[in-house]
Amino acid sequence: MNLSVHRFVAVLQKELIQARRDRFTLALMIGMPLVQLFLFGFAINTDPKHLPTALVMGDDSRPARSLVESMRATEYFDISQPTSPAEAERAMARGDVLFVLEVPVDFARLMERQERPAVLLAADATDPTAVSSAFAAASGVGQGLLARDLPGAAPPARPFDWRVHRRYNPEGITAYNIVPGLIGTLLTFTLVVITALAVTRERERGTMENLLAMPVRPLEVMLGKIVPYIFLGYVQVALILGAAVLVFQVPLRGSVLLLLVGLGLFIAANLAVGFTFSTLARNQLQAMQMAVFFILPSILLSGFMFPFAGMPGWARVLGEMLPLTHALRLIRGILLKGNGALDVLPHLLPLMLFSVVVGTLAIRGYRQTLD
Amino acid sequence: MTAAPLAIDVRGLHKSFGPRAVVQGLDLRVARGQICGFLGANGSGKTTTLRMLCGLLTPDAGEGTCLELDIRKDAARIRRRVGYMTQRFSFYEDLTVQENLDFVARLYELPDRERRIDAVLQRAGLTDRRTQLAGELSGGWKQRLALAACVLHEPELLLLDEPTAGVDPKARREFWDLIHVLASEGITVLVSTHYMDEAERCHRIVYLAGGKVVVEGSAEEVVARSGLVTFVGTGEQEALSEAAAALEPAPGVESVAMFGQTLRVSGTHRQALEKALAPWRARQGLTWVDEPPTLEDVFIHLLSDRRFAA
Repeated sequence: MNLSVHRFVAVLQKELIQARRDRFTLALMIGMPLVQLFLFGFAINTDPKHLPTALVMGDDSRPARSLVESMRATEYFDISQPTSPAEAERAMARGDVLFVLEVPVDFARLMERQERPAVLLAADATDPTAVSSAFAAASGVGQGLLARDLPGAAPPARPFDWRVHRRYNPEGITAYNIVPGLIGTLLTFTLVVITALAVTRERERGTMENLLAMPVRPLEVMLGKIVPYIFLGYVQVALILGAAVLVFQVPLRGSVLLLLVGLGLFIAANLAVGFTFSTLARNQLQAMQMAVFFILPSILLSGFMFPFAGMPGWARVLGEMLPLTHALRLIRGILLKGNGALDVLPHLLPLMLFSVVVGTLAIRGYRQTLD
Repeated sequence: MTAAPLAIDVRGLHKSFGPRAVVQGLDLRVARGQICGFLGANGSGKTTTLRMLCGLLTPDAGEGTCLELDIRKDAARIRRRVGYMTQRFSFYEDLTVQENLDFVARLYELPDRERRIDAVLQRAGLTDRRTQLAGELSGGWKQRLALAACVLHEPELLLLDEPTAGVDPKARREFWDLIHVLASEGITVLVSTHYMDEAERCHRIVYLAGGKVVVEGSAEEVVARSGLVTFVGTGEQEALSEAAAALEPAPGVESVAMFGQTLRVSGTHRQALEKALAPWRARQGLTWVDEPPTLEDVFIHLLSDRRFAA
């Protein structure tokens, strides 16, 4: 049979008619690129500035204050009020600050004697890329500014030394960041997609009508559909975690039990999202699109691909609402920092809240009749 | 009506989907143990009514009882005592016959599951196919599985929505034999169908048009009450075709249908019909007989009646 333009046009036209009838898909296809473009175009920043920094002041001299000021002037460091070394350490473990700047005792005097005091800049290197440009900026500080603060002495070439610490990941291995991130992202991906299709598939195949005619309650359907995937989620966790530790030598410093409890909440949160989509979507394609619409921001705004601290305020607010953001902090905290239950509580609570709120939406969205 | 308790007793049911009024003031009473045939054109409101009776849809207006339970307040309790068979096969094609039945039995929390499933498999003749995937069954067997699943919890009322659509005649007959056995055990059956032979096997027929009941009674009563006159012509094929074409638009003729070598012509006014037929009765090679109308004649007559157009 020869190729026929008429037949080709017939198929083309039919597709166009069908595409026009499926308003939701059409709206998503036009709306999604725009939303995502603006969202990510403005939110993503690979050169994050204004990173939260804790300050430990061993010396309150003019040169010391001047050093802090010039660090601030680089715009890479948002330096808070001076605190104790122990408190600074805790803030970093919790993830409240990314840097600790410690000016040593007798900073000015040692410089005057040209003994080159060591200034400590410790960074949370669980995400090495997030802190690297700030490190570079810091190394430029101090070269000339001290001349005016040290009258009398000839300006030394290097008035002090930087002592740089990459905490939790001294070698700056990116796998330390990527692997925990992948645990979260893969869980989000598979679980949201699978559950998003769960109810939609019943509706598409016509089995929903039958299910509704039988005495089964919405919560029973939801739990029954979700629980197998919680189990599946844990199998995924075990696989990735096993490979991470054995192949990539990612350290496992905290409690595995705590990690599993936390991930359980994260899994529940994702399943609730998927189930909600499932009750909203009219067909499986729509359910898929909704899942993608959720997954993309999760990957980009959670701090997995790009540093969370580098995003503008509104994007961080959005990011705080995504379960993956909290799951990443939780996983990194337990694996790399050895966080205990008290340290990760601030990450567990949002996950819990999210699961309850979205789970309620899902139950309410599940219709018991065909009306 | 008799004093026998009613399985279904509803009045003034209304249901609209957006601007489309599908059921408009439907009254329906079905006695216990009866097989009631639900007839009507596509879109006349049969499926919507069945769905309202088992609580899948909430009526916009109207009231009544199903198994003496309020259809508005007791939907959950009605579901436990009613078996509803959907028009489209709605069991899991990727589960076996046995697995599907087991799932249903668990949802109804039936005690003694295995025994019940064995019994129902036996009854539906599905025992040999219990390990087969539902998706691999042919149309007739799928319907049997669906019926088996509907009666598993021993409902008092069966609502069957075109259960035999697309099923071969032998399978249909066997399906109906099964329905009669169930009815003889006291189950009430409300079954929608487009097949006349099936309608004739019902104790009572309810004909729906435009979301209302327009005719009801036994098959004989419905035929008698229609007041329809039917002439059957036989003879030369070409002359019959010619007659069919000419009679179609003639006044007094309401329906004309060829059945192989015979032509059936019906109308409600004998005189007008005879007048239209006169030239064809004189025609060489054609013979005409005045026959009692069949249920199908009546059904076609009702379907083409403009007063009842959906």
